[in-house]
Amino acid sequence: MAQHVLLVEDEPNIAEAIRFLLSRDGWRVSHVAVGDLALAQIRSDRPDLVILDHMLPGLSGIEIVEAIRADPDLAALPVLMLTARGRDRGLAERAGVDRFIAKPFANADILAEVRAMMGR
Amino acid sequence: MPFNLLVTACLVYVLILFTVAFVVERRARAGRLGWLRSPVVYTLSLSIYCTAWTFYGAVGYAARSGLEFLTIYFGPTLVFVGWWWLLRKLVRIGRQYRVTSIADLISSRFGKSNTLGVIVTVIAVVAATPYIALQLQSVVLSFGVFASATEGSVAVDAGRTAFWVAVGLAFFTILFGTRNLDVKEQHHGIVTAIAVEAVVKLVALVAVGSFVVWGIAGGLSAIIDKIDASGLTAGAVQPGRWAGLIFLSAAAVITLPRMFQVLVVESDNEDQLASASWAFPFYLLAMSLFIMPIAVVGLDRMPSGANPDMFVLTLPLAEGQGALAMLAFLGGFSSATSMVIVESIALATMISNHVVIPLWLRLRPAEAGGEDLRAVVLNARRLAIVAVLALGYGYYRLSGGSAALASIGLIAFLGMAQVLPAMLGGLFWRGATRTGAILGLVTGFTVWAYASFLPSFGPGAALSEAVFQGGLFGIGWLRPQALFGTEGMDPLVHALFWSMTLNALAFCLGSLLTFPGPVERLQGAAFVNVFQGGSGPQRWARGQVEPEQLLAMAQRILGEEVSLALFEAAARDQGKAGFLPDPTPAFLDALEARLSGTVGAATAHAMLSQLVGRAMVTVEDLMAVASEAAQIMEYSARLETRESELTRTAGALREANEKLQQLSVQKDAFLSQISHELRTPMTSIRAFSEILTEGVLPAEQVTRYGRIIHDEAKRLTRLLDDLLDLSVLENGMVQLNLGLANLHQMLETALTAARQTRPERNFLVTRDPASEAIFLRTDADRLTQVFINLISNARKYCTADQPELRISLRQRGGKLTVDFVDNGKGIPKESQSLIFEKFARLSDANRAGGAGLGLAICREIMTSLGGSVAYLPGQGGAAFRVTVPLRLEKLAA
Repeated sequence: MAQHVLLVEDEPNIAEAIRFLLSRDGWRVSHVAVGDLALAQIRSDRPDLVILDHMLPGLSGIEIVEAIRADPDLAALPVLMLTARGRDRGLAERAGVDRFIAKPFANADILAEVRAMMGR
Repeated sequence: MPFNLLVTACLVYVLILFTVAFVVERRARAGRLGWLRSPVVYTLSLSIYCTAWTFYGAVGYAARSGLEFLTIYFGPTLVFVGWWWLLRKLVRIGRQYRVTSIADLISSRFGKSNTLGVIVTVIAVVAATPYIALQLQSVVLSFGVFASATEGSVAVDAGRTAFWVAVGLAFFTILFGTRNLDVKEQHHGIVTAIAVEAVVKLVALVAVGSFVVWGIAGGLSAIIDKIDASGLTAGAVQPGRWAGLIFLSAAAVITLPRMFQVLVVESDNEDQLASASWAFPFYLLAMSLFIMPIAVVGLDRMPSGANPDMFVLTLPLAEGQGALAMLAFLGGFSSATSMVIVESIALATMISNHVVIPLWLRLRPAEAGGEDLRAVVLNARRLAIVAVLALGYGYYRLSGGSAALASIGLIAFLGMAQVLPAMLGGLFWRGATRTGAILGLVTGFTVWAYASFLPSFGPGAALSEAVFQGGLFGIGWLRPQALFGTEGMDPLVHALFWSMTLNALAFCLGSLLTFPGPVERLQGAAFVNVFQGGSGPQRWARGQVEPEQLLAMAQRILGEEVSLALFEAAARDQGKAGFLPDPTPAFLDALEARLSGTVGAATAHAMLSQLVGRAMVTVEDLMAVASEAAQIMEYSARLETRESELTRTAGALREANEKLQQLSVQKDAFLSQISHELRTPMTSIRAFSEILTEGVLPAEQVTRYGRIIHDEAKRLTRLLDDLLDLSVLENGMVQLNLGLANLHQMLETALTAARQTRPERNFLVTRDPASEAIFLRTDADRLTQVFINLISNARKYCTADQPELRISLRQRGGKLTVDFVDNGKGIPKESQSLIFEKFARLSDANRAGGAGLGLAICREIMTSLGGSVAYLPGQGGAAFRVTVPLRLEKLAA
């Protein structure tokens, strides 16, 4: 069964682009647009990877990461964060983000990141 | 004895006095006072209480009224024995406040009132005039006695003798009393000369007395028998009259100008007073010892009709004792001259200080600054002395020298005693006021003049016979010697009773009914509390204080290091180790001096007083402390002003800094927001364009992704436009295109344009077209931009199933309001204040993208158009109100 990626992204166009790319690469992709709903979705879906937008309405990306790391069941869940360049990386790293990818990204890069994190 | 010899003796005697005064004056000037300040000289100078009246008149008094003459000695004795209570206070005040006369004392005490000074001066002059006349009379009489006793000599012209005596005394007084001006009004030369005269008086009287007792009567037991046999001592004592006379002489010894002069003004230190308190009564005792024997023997030996007032002189003469008679004559002469000299000096001081100088200053204010006031004062004194003696001489000539000496003396006593209530009240009662003092003095003086002084000239002289018999204006109870129907009283006691009673009553009532002025209150407290603390150079007694307390206080004022050094040094001087010296007077003095340098003398004294517990802090201390504190406060207020200025500056800087930091944070947040807002469409564009270039997609997906790229590119453009627009608006560089515009038209345009936002939604817009027929003078494009923004927001965010927007207008006071109210959920209260900020991020789950610059731009536009845009809470859905002036006249630069 294909490994499951959960995408948390409020911009519908970006979400559609990522979804298209990952699905085409063989990942099962689900999508949440609002931060508040992300954690519940993660707990119920048990994805293998979470791609988080940094700026989200409701719960922010950082807050979601912190919640994931605080939860023993989810502590090992790999997290990839979509972010503007540089600025907020320190904070996100401390919160427990594994990898970053800056917007706008090359399609090849995001696929490479996801593959690397999933050990493919 | 030849008359010329007598005159020569007088001249020689005066010359000796003159020399004594001169030498002493020179010593005093050189600062070598030495024995001049001894209690002996002071006590002897007090003997001017014993004038010619006492010297000659006491014998006459005894011959006429028996032992009653003793009352004249009892009064002063009582005052001196009780010196601790009154005299000490009087002398302390006199020295501390440099009182120059009794008029000055009363005037100073009651708020430095010159009115009081003048009143007391007038009373003193009026009361002293007959007294001076009395002295002249006694000299003339004694001359006459000698002349008549001398065979073959010409009869003495009494008037001429009096005249020349007055002239001589004036000369002598002016010479020594007005040689120079002393701040303390002290006259060491004259005081010493008077001490010499006191000795002469005493020696003369004792010599005559001894001669009478042992030379004529034949010893002590013989004279006692004679006195018993004479019946003079058997006369019943009249308690009322005795009490009155004792009171009168007690009052006189402190109120008579000459007594006040020697007692208070000429006093150098209080030790003199302590000695005089027992020595002066002894002097009086010695002076009174032989009065009775001389009187008894005189009455026995002298022919009937001989004037008993002159027994002191006539007895030796009759016995052929020429030398003794000469001594007695000089004693009497001394008594008279010393009294006149000191009295006229005291009166001259009052007259010049309270009458002439104030008048002179008032009448010639322009020249007052240029001339030497000292010369004016001295000339005023000289004239005053001449005037006083002229008055005395005039009185002597007018009265014809007839009245018995003693009665005039008592009347003068009573006149001056009118000052007593004001004086005692002033010293012991803080509530005594100036008005009370004036009322008392005037009342007492009037009653005295009417009931005692004027009647003394005899019926038909000063007061008519009718007044004596029927009272003033025929009013019975106003008879001068039976006031208020009190008949049958001794005239003197009657006058004493009424004048003093009414005087004291007026004084007390006046004081109780009026309030003292500020200077009066201050002076009153200073006089009444003169012994409490005080500012005088008093030494500390060994204090009841722990050295630790002193050290603690010193540390508070001087600092720890300095205090420890000071205390250690003092302890070492006392031969002690450590930091705690004994609180010896010397150490306390040194400490006070050291503290004074830091906190001021008054404060230092008050603080030390508190610790040493010697006395309460007086009003004067407190006043001094207050003035020092005021200076310190002024200084610290200046520091405080500077400090508060610094604080203000620092505050302003801090505020500016905070603002800069805020701006910096805002700028960072803004840049970060812009970055995010720009990256978002670019991310989509890049991702989809890469997907499209791979070229393996179905056609409908290519179309879809192409449209997304197009939309995102437009969004990016719009964002950049907004940013530019906002930057122009915020910098105030916007060019308004003013003109008349139809509101209805603008709303139509805006609604049409806004339809592009979520065109799929069917949006109901409620309007009132009739009310929209308004022409505004404004920038139509900009205002339409605001409308588009608000309508688009409603279309974008209104979540109602049947979305609806109501646009309503209202005109009020030259302004137009346009409200846009939708039927959505509205904006949460906590966000309402944020929505007009750039890129406001509402924590609203339903927020769907958007640049977040729209409302910020609206706000800027409305500010430029002289209006505003605001959120209207409580309207159901989201509600915005645009306020715009109907005529925008001027370009807001």
